[in-house]
Amino acid sequence: MKPAIRVENLSKKFLINHEMQRGGYRTLRETITYIVASPIRQLRTGAALGKTEEFWALQDIDFEINPGEVIGIIGRNGAGKSTLLKILSRITDPTTGRIELRGRVGSLLEVGTGFHPELTGRENIYLNGSILGMSRREIQQKFDEIVEFSGVEKFLDTPVKRYSSGMRVRLAFAVAAHLEPEILIIDEVLAVGDSEFQKKCLGKMDEVARSGRTVIFVSHNLSAVQSLCSRCLVMDSGRIILDDDTESCIFYYSKEQQDKSSASLEERTDRKGTGDARFTSIRICDSDGMEMAAVPMGATIKIEASFKCSRKIVDPQFAMVISSSYGQRLFRLNTSDQNVTLSNIEGEGTVTCELDSVPLVPNIYQITLRMNDRGKTQLLDHIESAMFFEVVFSDVFGTNHIPKGINAFFYVPSTWNMNTN
Amino acid sequence: MLNSVEETSPALAVAQQASSPELNAAQLELPVTVIQPRKGWQLIDAKELWQYRELLFIFTWRDVKVRYKQTLLGAAWAIIQPFMMMLVFTVFLGKMAGVNSGEYPYPVFVYAGLLPWTFFSTAISNAGNSVVGANAIITKIYFPRLIIPFASVGAAVIDFLIAFSMLAALMFYYGIQPTWSLLLLPVLLCILGFAAMGIGTILAALNVAYRDFKYTIPFLVQIWMFATPSIYMEVNEAHLWQGGDEQEVAARESGDKKVYRSKTDIIVDSVKPLLAANPMTSVIAFFRAAVLGGPLPWTRLGHATAIIGLVFLVGVFYFRRIESRFADII
Repeated sequence: MKPAIRVENLSKKFLINHEMQRGGYRTLRETITYIVASPIRQLRTGAALGKTEEFWALQDIDFEINPGEVIGIIGRNGAGKSTLLKILSRITDPTTGRIELRGRVGSLLEVGTGFHPELTGRENIYLNGSILGMSRREIQQKFDEIVEFSGVEKFLDTPVKRYSSGMRVRLAFAVAAHLEPEILIIDEVLAVGDSEFQKKCLGKMDEVARSGRTVIFVSHNLSAVQSLCSRCLVMDSGRIILDDDTESCIFYYSKEQQDKSSASLEERTDRKGTGDARFTSIRICDSDGMEMAAVPMGATIKIEASFKCSRKIVDPQFAMVISSSYGQRLFRLNTSDQNVTLSNIEGEGTVTCELDSVPLVPNIYQITLRMNDRGKTQLLDHIESAMFFEVVFSDVFGTNHIPKGINAFFYVPSTWNMNTN
Repeated sequence: MLNSVEETSPALAVAQQASSPELNAAQLELPVTVIQPRKGWQLIDAKELWQYRELLFIFTWRDVKVRYKQTLLGAAWAIIQPFMMMLVFTVFLGKMAGVNSGEYPYPVFVYAGLLPWTFFSTAISNAGNSVVGANAIITKIYFPRLIIPFASVGAAVIDFLIAFSMLAALMFYYGIQPTWSLLLLPVLLCILGFAAMGIGTILAALNVAYRDFKYTIPFLVQIWMFATPSIYMEVNEAHLWQGGDEQEVAARESGDKKVYRSKTDIIVDSVKPLLAANPMTSVIAFFRAAVLGGPLPWTRLGHATAIIGLVFLVGVFYFRRIESRFADII
């Protein structure tokens, strides 16, 4: 039997041009000024056309998936999971390599792709279904099932812009769940909706997985991966570092995450940027500068990051991103957001960010560090998951009891009032 | 690494083959998709476009529906735009400047030219902005990207058909009898459609590659309108340039002959070949002749169709060339 998916020697390269600040595209104005200015610039600096840096998002990926297998892909943010899915779904081209897909491919990189707010629920079922690759007949046949699964029967002829976000997601997932290709590629779609609907989705996913279809599933939700997938690929820095059964992969991945965070920042190699300045260590301490093992809810903390520069950095800018342990970004602390100007740096130093009151509920979190020089023209250093830290319970509300089942990331102090007639 | 994978798979395959022979038989018929790096110029995959024809209709239907839902006047917009232009031209050119419209009343004459032009200009402006506007879909799902600008042209066809009813009403009002040549209308619409798809795909691709290109589109459409004399004037080259000569005579008499003459000569000589190459002039002239009845300029239509065919190919090939980078740069 031939594999449903065969990936050989797959790589994807991005060219990062530091002069293009808004993303990949250029403007006509820039191109014209560039062409006009470049002879002068080349005379002055001798620089070649465009300062571009190569970045390999994927390198030498090889794997095979047999028909009917359900495969999970896990890895940190930036490991290359999404790029791999985008190539498998033919959204972007690989730089080298070859993929053979046997059967119709359906990809769900997002629920509700192409939903139009002005159109009604009924119209959006047809629109979204067609975009996902269903024929009109197929949609007509499954229409009632889709509507029933979504639970929005009453609002079928209401424009989707009047839907609550929950309703929209339910309708979108209902359409997607009735897609029946031989190969299904799914990215993170379960991270939506209320917990009851998530359960329903997981149930549906399980049904899909058992129906003999080949499924590739990417998620930060390790428990979902565990319950759905028989085999996993662990990715890191654009490579597959482990291809094994789910249990071994999750064990390996969790262990590696913790090892990474305990390793000295100086020795980390999974970083981006020019390296003219590098973070060397990070720690969390209390307002007196004593290092903390765990952070109580609502505590005042200082996050200290030390760095070393090999040249003078003018007007440095720092950012710290706090994410959940699975990598979902929660909030960022950024000097440029607050117009903070720091002095120029040379040699070694430490930057400190003080938080008056940590608004996080008990859980494990991680910090991503980032340093730019003036005007964000150059990324100097960027480390994902520079450290993990734990927030523990403290009686922030002064109630003497522990709030139960906080299914959220933040707590916000609030005042309650009620009027009765 | 590759070898080790291939060594293990046959064993697995044998095991599964024994258990489910019918599954294996079904698998033989499955379509195989191969994904490889694409470089340079790409052919048009007509078979794939045909497979995705339903999506093309859905996108067209969405564009039409959304446009008419969002506005109070709905479908009336398709009529109002050329109608207002007709009023403006009738008042300023027909009445005040006294431009000759031959044997037809000026409003009908000008509306019959504005109708195909409005279709063309709406189609190319919408198609030009369509791909950038669809970035959310492009980065999330695969389908032949050409469908997006094509659907914009499709939506403009619907507008055209609605606006055509106004022309029928005008003809009835002025008592103009339709002739058999009206049957050529689908062919002309087809030629216009190809012209719009050709230009539309070029604009769409340029718009993705250069994000500030969108500012040039309205501009371009306007210049093109003035460079298409058949919209508002009679298409008669001798007549068209005669006006210039009269002015020159006037200029000579008033004394500043040298300056005036040399200027017009240069402008006229440099613009003439461009105007001749503009296929819209001939197509619109033919359209008007077919609708209102009159001698059909077949030779000119032939030339224009050849140019449009070329533009269409250039547009589609350029689009296909840029296409593989869309998701990365959009």
